[in-house]
Amino acid sequence: MIDLIAFIPRAIGQSVPLLYGCTGEIITEKSGNLNLGIPGVMYVGAISGVIGAFAYEQATKGGNFIPALGIAIPLLCSLVGSLLMGLLYCFLTVTLRANQNVTGLAMTTFGVGFGNFFGGSLIKLSGSDVPTISLSKTSNCFSASLPFADNLGWFGKIFLSYGFLAYIAFILAIYAGFALKKTRIGLHLRAVGENPGTADAAGIDVSRYKYFATCIGCMVAGLGGLYYVMDYASGIWSNDAFGDRGWLAIALVIFCIWKPGIGILASILFGGLYIIYLYIPAGIDHMELKELYKMIPYVVTMIVLVITSMRNKRDNQPPASLGIPYFREER
Amino acid sequence: MKTRKSEPLFHIVKRKDMPFGKQVMVRAIAIVAALIVCSVITIITTKMNPLAIFSAVIQGAFGSTRKMWITFQDTSILLIIALALTPAFKMKFWNIGGEGQVLIGGLGAAACMILIGDKVPDPVLILIMLVAAVGLGALWGAIPAIFKAVWNTNETLCTLMMNYIAIQIVAFFTILWEVPKGSGKIGIINQNTNAGWLLQVGNKYLLTILIAILITVGMFVYLKYTKHGYEVSVVGESEMTARYAGIHSGAVIIRTMIISGGLCGLAGFLLVGSIHHTITTTLAGGEGFTAVMVSWLAHFNPIAMIGASLLIVFLSNGAAQISQNCGLNQSFGDIITGIIIFFIIGCEFFIRYRVVFRAKKGAIPAPVTGEAVFGGGPGDESAVKEIKEEEGNDND
Repeated sequence: MIDLIAFIPRAIGQSVPLLYGCTGEIITEKSGNLNLGIPGVMYVGAISGVIGAFAYEQATKGGNFIPALGIAIPLLCSLVGSLLMGLLYCFLTVTLRANQNVTGLAMTTFGVGFGNFFGGSLIKLSGSDVPTISLSKTSNCFSASLPFADNLGWFGKIFLSYGFLAYIAFILAIYAGFALKKTRIGLHLRAVGENPGTADAAGIDVSRYKYFATCIGCMVAGLGGLYYVMDYASGIWSNDAFGDRGWLAIALVIFCIWKPGIGILASILFGGLYIIYLYIPAGIDHMELKELYKMIPYVVTMIVLVITSMRNKRDNQPPASLGIPYFREER
Repeated sequence: MKTRKSEPLFHIVKRKDMPFGKQVMVRAIAIVAALIVCSVITIITTKMNPLAIFSAVIQGAFGSTRKMWITFQDTSILLIIALALTPAFKMKFWNIGGEGQVLIGGLGAAACMILIGDKVPDPVLILIMLVAAVGLGALWGAIPAIFKAVWNTNETLCTLMMNYIAIQIVAFFTILWEVPKGSGKIGIINQNTNAGWLLQVGNKYLLTILIAILITVGMFVYLKYTKHGYEVSVVGESEMTARYAGIHSGAVIIRTMIISGGLCGLAGFLLVGSIHHTITTTLAGGEGFTAVMVSWLAHFNPIAMIGASLLIVFLSNGAAQISQNCGLNQSFGDIITGIIIFFIIGCEFFIRYRVVFRAKKGAIPAPVTGEAVFGGGPGDESAVKEIKEEEGNDND
């Protein structure tokens, strides 16, 4: 039987990057931009944080490592890195009206390459003498949980054992859900995504909304990468370790029908599916079965995609102008 | 509501067809600009001088006869995959599952080599491999197509998920067939008997290149001169039009994806049967995604795809050489590819649109104040002047 008290915290830990990616992509898609560059953005977010943390740890080798700065520097670097990616995407798709799918795929190629390149070459480029990128000091700051969490038994383990970025992920998702549904900005944003022509006629600055939504979405997604490397992977960067979580995050957006609140549950479910192969017994001489179990999240995603499309309810549709560039003079 | 105080600095107008020569020029400028940015980045990261970078790229792509052949072979594989994806894209079916279709095709070929390699004569074996590879690739393409045709399921994510399913299936069989046990890889298949290895035409690279040329010509004819190609275009332009024209768009989608996936499977067959003689989960090596961009950059024109894939392979092989020379990570090539593509994507804007700047002189104010100062309407002299200046800008 699966040991739930060990399983749930790991599943939630896995779900956080997915949730960040999913929330970010929902905000982006609500503006009518389908950003397939999210996997790349998450890599850039992660590696930018790593570069910042690496520089700071190298600079403070002699001692005086200030935890507040240890958190602030990587966080800021990560946000700036993913913001730049967002600006690039917006410049190409909104200002230059390029095809969103191709731009997104190019961003993913670029971002993953960027992450792996700096992850693999950072030590050589900075000329330092450490064998691997292991940011234990920074990671300790990021993964610090409440001091009394250990004393609370299973409750502490399941609810209180995470670093602060995990809680921010959930708060952001809830807030994004609220903002999209209840605020004026959210209303305008949805109008831009549904029908930019009408939104424009109503005096909403379509390009500005697209820029802001996409850039904020990218910054949120980038935090997912940062969380993964600093908290989940204990500050150790290894190339391609982040894997396909970015793509799963994009799939989650459809799964949770563009509602960040449902995204929380969906990402926890997928976080669990992502590691469930570790908990299904396969036997020592049938290690190959583990590889088949790793397929589960993707197969489930396919099934979910098919089922949501079969039901095809009016409420569950993507923003109507998703993927289509807006050109005022073409209305 | 805000009202604009003055006319915006510039506005954007759609162009009618730009002459072909000018289009080529815009793209050439974009590529040169991209190369400059790439070399600046290379200089910063490697501290090489520009000349050394240039020679290293040439060295990496065409440095020796072998490297030259490999560059052409890699180009051919990328080209085949790009060609395979093209009919799907023309139909606006975003097949980003090339990776998985290639991989599963390769697995089909490898499975035949391993399981029946010593049981049937070589020509029969190769035929069976071909059928298995193309068939599996086609199946991998058909599954998302059926979902799309019947329930309008999002094909981008479906094809993507099929990639990962293919990767896990290959990982499963890799452990099942690993040689030696516990090594985690299959190794060269039939090293002693060479059963299932494709014939060498001239040298071991030429066969792939010839097949790529054949498929290029075939795809060009298929898209341009056949009824199928016409139906693909119509479905891509508008599904409604297709319906009125009596085209069953669901059937076209499934048929086209079978062709698309089948050709990807063929690429997998070549990779396993002719090039690597083994299978790993990274057989396709990201080409399935790169091919998407190649196909799009070439505007779905098979002939232009030759140039686009050669450019990308040339640069990434060159970048690989640079990173090898400097002991850097080989993902450097992906960064370079990304930058090149950003620039080419960006330059399309200047082909499709033109920017019209606000007339420069202060004498031509915005309409509101214009009326106040000149008391004139649209027929005002200054307005006429403005129009003339705009026309002048046309020739830029």
